[in-house]
Amino acid sequence: MEKVFEKPVSIDEKHFSYCAGCTHGIIHRLIAESIDELGIRERTVGVSPVGCAVFAYEFFNFDCVGAAHGRAPAVATGIKRSRPDCIVFTYQGDGDLAAIGTAEIVHAATRGEKITVIFVNNAIYGMTGGQMAPTTLIGQYSETTPYGRKAELHGFPIKVSEMLSTLEGAQFIQRVTVMNPASVIKAKQAIKKAFKNQVDGKGFNLVEILSTCPSCWGMAPLKALDWLKENMIPVFPLGVYKDRDAGEAAGAKAEE
Amino acid sequence: MGKKVLMKGNEAIGEAAITAGCRHFFGYPITPQSELPAYLAKRMPQEGGVFLQGESEVASVNMVYGASSAGVRVMTSSSSPGVSLKQEGISYMVGAELPALVCNVQRAGPGLGTIQPAQSDYFQATKGGGHGDYNIIVLSPSSVQEIVDMVRMAFDLADTYRNPCMLLTDGMLGQLMEPVDFGDYKPMVFEKPWALTGCKGRPKNTVTSIYIQPERMEEHNLKLQKKFAAIREKEQRWEELSLSDDTEILVVAHGTMARIVKSAMKEAQEQGVKVGVIRPITVWPFPEKAFRNLRNIQTVLVVEMSAGQMLEDVKLSINGRLPVHFFGRMGGMVPTVEQILSQIMSLRKSPAKL
Repeated sequence: MEKVFEKPVSIDEKHFSYCAGCTHGIIHRLIAESIDELGIRERTVGVSPVGCAVFAYEFFNFDCVGAAHGRAPAVATGIKRSRPDCIVFTYQGDGDLAAIGTAEIVHAATRGEKITVIFVNNAIYGMTGGQMAPTTLIGQYSETTPYGRKAELHGFPIKVSEMLSTLEGAQFIQRVTVMNPASVIKAKQAIKKAFKNQVDGKGFNLVEILSTCPSCWGMAPLKALDWLKENMIPVFPLGVYKDRDAGEAAGAKAEE
Repeated sequence: MGKKVLMKGNEAIGEAAITAGCRHFFGYPITPQSELPAYLAKRMPQEGGVFLQGESEVASVNMVYGASSAGVRVMTSSSSPGVSLKQEGISYMVGAELPALVCNVQRAGPGLGTIQPAQSDYFQATKGGGHGDYNIIVLSPSSVQEIVDMVRMAFDLADTYRNPCMLLTDGMLGQLMEPVDFGDYKPMVFEKPWALTGCKGRPKNTVTSIYIQPERMEEHNLKLQKKFAAIREKEQRWEELSLSDDTEILVVAHGTMARIVKSAMKEAQEQGVKVGVIRPITVWPFPEKAFRNLRNIQTVLVVEMSAGQMLEDVKLSINGRLPVHFFGRMGGMVPTVEQILSQIMSLRKSPAKL
């Protein structure tokens, strides 16, 4: 019988430690498929964050380093500048990238570092138990916004793709989601492009992936997917925010 | 031997690093070490190396972490407030067993302090500095020539033990110009099979400092402690001056302070005082072996540009066998030869009490 589907070589044997219904597993797979298809596994170095994906290096089957909270873009910079032939990517959540690591991501983008950033935005701190994230929506409940996020107390959710697309150093920035099969296919295309660009010597590349956290949102996985569609996408519109290959003035192209 | 060149301490750090095979520097500007990044910004491109000014000390030290994980010789430098920010990365590098050189051209604190020299980061440098049970090797040079020698030694020690190494100097030595000889040194070469280079032809490598099971984390800590014990045993370095069987007063000082203490020692000797000096070269590991045989010494004076930090290590090494006195200045003020001489003369009259 012909084998038509298998585990990517870039995924290791270890079982994922993510909660049921979490979308990290899908995203890991899309990264692994992209790396396999581009034939770059043997020169890839992944940088795992502090957050739910802290053990990402156990699930990927290539060289990886664990970074301090928020510092993954700086660590990736150090690796890429030392080994320009390596394909270097960071895998970061919203707390890691958009709160404690804001300076690192802004300046990696500013310098046009030839790296790839996979930014998983689920609007909450998952690993520490569901505290407010920089991307938590107005009105959203969390451990540290028990009365809902209020703009006058906690500020507004930060829009990373929009913000970073204003920087000249950014090559490619797209926001996608993994809420249904069609969006997973689009996410895969964006991730693969973000890696292909680096193979072609182009940086800085970032894919923001809107994701769910059923455990910390307090929802069943299917309901969480609906919640993402109804609440997150209006605040974080999907689309290509920057693509230097498509012209400097491409701007945001919201899809839906 | 090669030709002598006149160099500033800060610039000598940079040139020594290049001769040690370091081609990667990540840092952030701060006085009084700014000549070093300026020097390497010029030199690294000439050598095909990388000079990158990070957006902060925190980012820079994490770039060092990344470059070290990729297996290259790498360094950063800063001064006291900036070194405080680098403690995060230093702790992670120790945890992940990554070598690197960190230079601290100290200034006075606490807080923003002032840009004049101090030795008040001794505790931070020698007692860990960041979170967790750890030490880093800390070398304290007394001259620009020693800066060159110790930068090279620091890279070799860092690679030998897979642990960060610190050059602990201060604004005075950093700014001082002296003739130096770079000689014909060849850096030690190390295999780094653990480095992240892409997994072609081998199983994947992982560099990390997290072991979530406490049994495993303790095992990792025990491994690190074994390494620190080996360093303590093998790497204590110090200089002894005028120590003989009839030396009565011992003065202990390191780095810049040791130079001034030497002048005071000579003046005291001219006045007939039997005084000698121990100068720790490694301040971690502290050269406790130097204090095992105290012969006829009656009393000890520690001199620092601090409120008395190395003083504690001297007391621990002497372990109550002799009275230990202290003289120090703070805030960027430097003890003078006259002040130290006066301390020595008082001790001569009354060894037990100052």
